[in-house]
Amino acid sequence: MTPVPLEDVFLAAAALFVVLAIVLFYRAVVGPTTQDRLLAVNVLGTNTVVILALLAAGLDQSWFLDVALIYALLNFLMSIAISKFTVDRGGVL
Amino acid sequence: MIEPIALQSTLETVRFWAIVLCLGLGVFFTLVSTVGVLRLPDIYARAHTASQTDTLGAGFALAGVALAFGWQHAAVYTVLLLFFVFITNPTAAHAIARSAAESDVEPVLAEEGEADDAEVAAETEGETR
Repeated sequence: MTPVPLEDVFLAAAALFVVLAIVLFYRAVVGPTTQDRLLAVNVLGTNTVVILALLAAGLDQSWFLDVALIYALLNFLMSIAISKFTVDRGGVL
Repeated sequence: MIEPIALQSTLETVRFWAIVLCLGLGVFFTLVSTVGVLRLPDIYARAHTASQTDTLGAGFALAGVALAFGWQHAAVYTVLLLFFVFITNPTAAHAIARSAAESDVEPVLAEEGEADDAEVAAETEGETR
C-alpha cells in the first residue's frame, strides 16, 4: 500500500488551495482599480475550480466535476462580461 | 471511484509519485501566482502572473486528479476541464488587462525612458499600494 492514503493527499492539497484563495481576498477588497478586483475574483474562481476537482478525487464524488465545469464556464463569462461593461463601448476581446 | 494504489507494482509506484508531484507543483505555482497578484505593482503585471502562473498551477493540479482517476470517464472529463481552463484563463486575463488599458489605467513606468527611475518608481509604488 502507499505510504499515505491517496485521498488524504488530495484533501491536503485542497486545504492548501483554500488557504491561498482566502489570501487572494486581500486583493479583491483592497485593489485600487475595478480591474484589480476583477482579476482577483477571476483567479479565485480558477482556484475554486481546482478545489472542486481535488475534492471530487479526495471525497470520491465524481459529480463534483460537473459543478467544477459549470463554475469554470460562469467564471470565464463573468470576467469577459464585467471587463466589457467597465469600458464605454468596449471591444475588449 | 479511485481504486487504492498497490505499490508492489513498479508502474503503480511511478503513478503514485507522479500524482504527488503534480499536486505539489500545482500548489507551488498557485502560491507563486498568489504572491504575484498580491505584491506586483500594477494591474498589467498582476494580469501577467495571473494568466501564466495560475494557469500552470491549475493545469498541474487537474493533471494530478486525472492521473488519480485512471481509466474511467471521470479522467476524460478532468482532461477536458484542463483544456478549458488552459484556453479561457489567459483569455480572461487578456480581456481584463485590455479593459484596464481602455479605461486609462496608467502602467507604473517612468515618464521618458529612464530605466533606473522606472525601477525605483515601480518599487515605491508597489509598497504604497
